[in-house]
Amino acid sequence: MKLLKSLAMATAVSTLALSAQTMAAQAETKIGMITTLSGGGAGLGVDVRDGFMLAIEAAGRDDIVVVIEDDQRKPESAVQIADRMIQSEKVDIMTGIIWSNLAMAVIPAATAQDVFYLSPNAGPSALAGKRCHKNYFNVAWQNDNLHEAAGAYANDASLKNSFIMAPNYPAGKDALTGYKRMYSGELAGEIYTKLGQTDYAAEIAQIRASGADSVYFFLPGGMGISFLKQYADSGVDLPVVGPAFSFDQGILQAVGKAALGIKNTSQWNKDIDNAANAAFVADFQAKYDRLPSLYASQGFDTANLILSALDKADVKDQDAFRAALEAAEFDSVRGDFKFGPNHHPVQNIYVREVIQEGDIFTNKIIATGLSNHADAYASECKM
Amino acid sequence: MSFILILEQVLNGLQFGVMLFLMAAGLTLVFGVMGLINLAHGSLYMVGAFAAAAVAGLTGSFLLALIASLAAAAAAGALVEVTVIRRLYDRDHLDQVLATFALILIFSEGTRWLFGSFPLFLDVPAYLSGPVTLPFGIQYPLYRLAIIAIGLVVGAGLFWLIARTRIGVQIRAGEADREMIAALGVDISKLYTVVFALGAALAGLAGALVGAIQSVQVGMGEPVLILAFVVIVIGGIGSIKGALVGALLVGLTDTLGGVFLPRLFALMLEPADAASLGASLASMLIYILMAAVLLVRPSGLFGGSA
Repeated sequence: MKLLKSLAMATAVSTLALSAQTMAAQAETKIGMITTLSGGGAGLGVDVRDGFMLAIEAAGRDDIVVVIEDDQRKPESAVQIADRMIQSEKVDIMTGIIWSNLAMAVIPAATAQDVFYLSPNAGPSALAGKRCHKNYFNVAWQNDNLHEAAGAYANDASLKNSFIMAPNYPAGKDALTGYKRMYSGELAGEIYTKLGQTDYAAEIAQIRASGADSVYFFLPGGMGISFLKQYADSGVDLPVVGPAFSFDQGILQAVGKAALGIKNTSQWNKDIDNAANAAFVADFQAKYDRLPSLYASQGFDTANLILSALDKADVKDQDAFRAALEAAEFDSVRGDFKFGPNHHPVQNIYVREVIQEGDIFTNKIIATGLSNHADAYASECKM
Repeated sequence: MSFILILEQVLNGLQFGVMLFLMAAGLTLVFGVMGLINLAHGSLYMVGAFAAAAVAGLTGSFLLALIASLAAAAAAGALVEVTVIRRLYDRDHLDQVLATFALILIFSEGTRWLFGSFPLFLDVPAYLSGPVTLPFGIQYPLYRLAIIAIGLVVGAGLFWLIARTRIGVQIRAGEADREMIAALGVDISKLYTVVFALGAALAGLAGALVGAIQSVQVGMGEPVLILAFVVIVIGGIGSIKGALVGALLVGLTDTLGGVFLPRLFALMLEPADAASLGASLASMLIYILMAAVLLVRPSGLFGGSA
């Protein structure tokens, strides 16, 4: 009996050792994802993660390991997690950060340590221009882009006196800079709010007193929900324009009817007509039982870009892998996808309108805002 | 800068202050009576909001939702007091902070497990929605006026409870000398549970009231909790009157500072710089206020000699 037991033990141990060996023998690619999975911005991070994992799981490759950690929207915890991922987990590729202040804290340090960083969301202007890096790619957009399209839309809609508002952090500043770059009318007011602010009564009173003819706001996640509900209840009935972040799929259900008819700008929507997108929307709904948001589409594209590059080159061969990323030969849910010289997308940005389909509030594309639009910082980037 | 804008901002500050008072009242009672630092107070606020959103979704009645928020938060509070908090009264503050911080994580993950990561929908009822016109032609959302009214009524009720009822006498006695009232035959552990549940119910009510105009989501309680701590430090720990005055001070300072500081800077700086610098300084303003109050009165405005 005793013999039998130790035999069984020995077999178990040797199987373990064997499987460890086979795992080590395969050239494994380790991807570290740091994203916001708790607190006020959790909906965005959950969407990026779910979109990303949908593509990774569909690829069915057992040589890719994804490590996912929650940054709680706190720069200090993002930095700690990044250090651990790079130094002890030895990740090859990092991705996932939603918020630009966290991105600024993590990305320069990661790329300096020869890790590839592919951003599925945050695209701060500093990293697109002077501080660009050969190992940093943005698969979503440069922060200004959607706001530039909104500024262009405001001109087309002949808005002459906008009141503009964004949170006081890097992406908020990029947002208002982007809007002002294209918008040619007057400004009735310009406010920076606190990141994570939930009460906008004071701002709404200023909008009312400002004599504006329209309101432009960039308030992603819970901030947008709070603002829209309070705005609808305030009796101020000026037209509202925003980027898709203020009207994404996660926000619209919580806002309800208050958002109907509002125009917003996005590089993606579920009705972009291509096979990859149709499959993505259907698979995402089947797996997670909700409609994907633009964040989910960005996570999905990021994963597919990584997969396409891994098909061509080993991540350990950095030059070959970088060239494969630059080529960006994957089926983007946005249709055509290509990188500019600073590794940021050159893409179409659409104007969407909030509509109701049955019980679900969602967006539909009504026009193309900017075609093949590149960001304004590419010329400052020397790689 | 019009007179109407200033008045409207004062109303906004009042409304924010009243909401903070509902949070701070429970916190200061629990701290004053039991000497307990309860970081999980923000989670009870979240429990109230989620209970209200769930009940409003099922029944469509906002009144039932408010009642549900009170009941759910009070029940959660009583449960937590009996199972966890009770063991912490004799421990030092660091143990209390650690244990109640753990409660935050448990509540947050539990709520996420039950309701998911995405914000829930809770709307202002039709009879309270839309703006009303006040004297001087101010357009102000009716719902925010209702929050001010509810907060003031609850505040008056609390004062009555503490000053005029038997349980109020026991609470005040508990603040003054815990051992002595136990020796006098008051069931101190029952009293603690009741006080804790009362504080929790107030936090839950605040969560439900605010949830209708903000987003009902996991983690909504923590930013408010920090402000509530500032309020009770300014007002003096354990004092309901202090909590009310402190809450109104913080509400008004935060709102008015956020609006007028950027305008003040705009007189001297470029608009974009002024907006960003003003916004940054405005978010520090309540902490500056707290520091100033503590300089003059180290135990807060209405604090005892503790």
